[in-house]
Amino acid sequence: MGENYSTMTTIRRQSLGALLLLLGALIGSTTTWADDYQEGSRLLKEGKRSEALDRVNTFLTQHPKDARARFLKGVILTELGKTEDAIKVFTELTQEYPELPEPYNNLAVLYASQGDYQKARKALETAIRTHPSYAVAHENLGDIYATLASQAYDKALQLDSSNAAARKKLALIKELVPAKSAAALARPEPDKPLVAAPVSKPDTPDKPVGSKPGPEQSAAPKPTGEKLAEKAPGDADATDAVVKMLEAWTRAWSNNDADAYLSFYAPDFRTPNGEPRKDWEAARRLRLAKPKKIQVRASSPQVKLTDNTHAVVTFRQSYSSGNLKSVGTKSLLLVRIGDRWLIQQELIDR
Amino acid sequence: MIQKLALQHGARVRAMTLPLLVAAILAGDVSAMGSHPARLVRALRMPETMLVEALIDIRNNRLSAALERVDALLAVKPDFRLAQLVKGDLLMARARPIPTLGAANAPADRLNDLREEARARLNRYTLPPPKDYVPKYLLQLQSEQRYAVVVDTGRSTLYLFENRDGTPRYLTDYYITVGKNGTNKVREGDKKTPLGVYHVTSQLARDKLDPFYGSGAFPISYPNEWDARQGRNGHGIWLHGTPRDTYSRPPRASDGCVVLANEDLDDLAKRVQIGVTPVVIADHIEWVPTQAHQALRAVLSERLESWRVAWESRNAERYLQHYSRAFAAENTSLAQWYAQKRRVNAAKDWIKVRLSATSVFLYPGRDDLAVISFSQDYSSNNLSNRVKKRQYWIREGATWRILYEGAA
Repeated sequence: MGENYSTMTTIRRQSLGALLLLLGALIGSTTTWADDYQEGSRLLKEGKRSEALDRVNTFLTQHPKDARARFLKGVILTELGKTEDAIKVFTELTQEYPELPEPYNNLAVLYASQGDYQKARKALETAIRTHPSYAVAHENLGDIYATLASQAYDKALQLDSSNAAARKKLALIKELVPAKSAAALARPEPDKPLVAAPVSKPDTPDKPVGSKPGPEQSAAPKPTGEKLAEKAPGDADATDAVVKMLEAWTRAWSNNDADAYLSFYAPDFRTPNGEPRKDWEAARRLRLAKPKKIQVRASSPQVKLTDNTHAVVTFRQSYSSGNLKSVGTKSLLLVRIGDRWLIQQELIDR
Repeated sequence: MIQKLALQHGARVRAMTLPLLVAAILAGDVSAMGSHPARLVRALRMPETMLVEALIDIRNNRLSAALERVDALLAVKPDFRLAQLVKGDLLMARARPIPTLGAANAPADRLNDLREEARARLNRYTLPPPKDYVPKYLLQLQSEQRYAVVVDTGRSTLYLFENRDGTPRYLTDYYITVGKNGTNKVREGDKKTPLGVYHVTSQLARDKLDPFYGSGAFPISYPNEWDARQGRNGHGIWLHGTPRDTYSRPPRASDGCVVLANEDLDDLAKRVQIGVTPVVIADHIEWVPTQAHQALRAVLSERLESWRVAWESRNAERYLQHYSRAFAAENTSLAQWYAQKRRVNAAKDWIKVRLSATSVFLYPGRDDLAVISFSQDYSSNNLSNRVKKRQYWIREGATWRILYEGAA
């Protein structure tokens, strides 16, 4: 099997590199590791699981904190059917290396084998969350699948019998993707720690083998809002203004009022895919001009003021148009120009 | 190693609800197997085979294989709505867990229609026509009837049989749609499919039809004499195809007609003989071993022969013993009819009756009612004629008697 879920495949392939680099760094100072560890790994490949376990255990008596050996032990235990022991090994690894997706994934495998799908799901979701970019890509792919699914449903159930069906469906994809892509593109900013974080970490060879990740690592998945001011005095008015702006923006969108809608975007607005502003506006006008009912609602907005002229508002956005409904968390990066708050960038938050 | 393990199992974690649902559908079918004599792996027609195999892939958690299959199917049959639904589910299951087959945000009745179609098609797959069994209704086919059609509304299936020396042999079968409100038609407009013994009365060519009826239509003889006697009315019960943009319709969707996919109707059309091909419609076909037919068939042909001989004997009382007290002749009372028969027979010097091309059908749901049709060569000292006749025989106690007779 394993053919099912290409998202998982992608995630695994990417993160394996990170894992090896990290672990390589953690055990980098050791020179004796190779024999027993490699021997154990080889034995496992040959299906000699018990012997492999012995080797890895021998290795672990000398390097009890070695993450890679512990991971291998978990795999061997899994293959030996010692599910509880394997769960223990992987659980400890997730506690010590919460940024690594593999142990979560294997925990999910083990929970699923026990029929505990809720736990399995939680573990997988955590694995995906270990890297914000995975999460965004995962979400994006999920949305693409959902959109394709809704196209198939339209055909199955004849939900859309108008002759504009084909065009509309294509447009629906456009509607879903740009906002998400914006988030995907927004993430790899140079000032934001990302996939590379655990990899770049091992510049500290003197770090004890298998020690807990340093603060840099645990900071990796932190949201971008980290450095934003929590609440400055006299912000109440500004917060209020932002919330009002948010309402007006969703109203313009829902009313298919393209002029009003576009007036909420700052001159230096970063278009979702980096396309020219003119093209983006034209596309948006086309979308909003469609004679159909769009309904956009923003609920539970949280406003953070970065400084006097910058703010981030995060909210639940529910969008429905025709048969497409989507709900997600969105953030707008706002700039104050005169007395108006305008959108500089749209982000899908994690 | 890690990668392999994780991938193997990681895949298994996804979207378990969809397979469970299909498994539940299949489990339901298996329990229904009890009354069915034989179980075979079976080959359905291509689109249906691919759809069912995709559903089985889903049950076995081979979701990518299922999607490939459905995509391949849709490349050929883009109007197969159930396949589109399954495709939607397979994609949706990648986006989020889905609770049931047909996770679309759509009117519940439309979704249920497609779920019913999935159920019906899986059913068809798991319950092939049993080998060496025949529907008990086909007691005897006459040589001109090269084929016989038997519809099982409960299984959403039309079975086609070939006449081999009077004995039906299974040829093929097709998924069908019947009336929105089910079966046992009584009234005009009740959107039900009639149950009974009929035959194809005519053919309506595609170019004379509303596109709604697809590649053609074959009206059948509803209401028949028995229906009329029961006070059933309505008309225009056809076997017909589907609109151009619709591969198939849900199991219950028509106004009472039996609807086939156009390609299936075309296939069937090659075999249908107008005015000849019988169409028996049953709620739930009772299958009997081919040999088990012989006894009842023998009883009925014996009774028919006894009737013929009695007629030739010109002994009115002996002849009239073959008629039920409930017999109804057209426009006359039983007493008048008796009197007329006695008078006519008494006036004859001799009578000769020859029967040929005799077909015998047991009525669905009525083990005590049989329809016998034949060509009758009648000659006497002062009259001879040749007519096609149909009789309804009813079993009263242990004795079969004629309830109705008339021109066929």
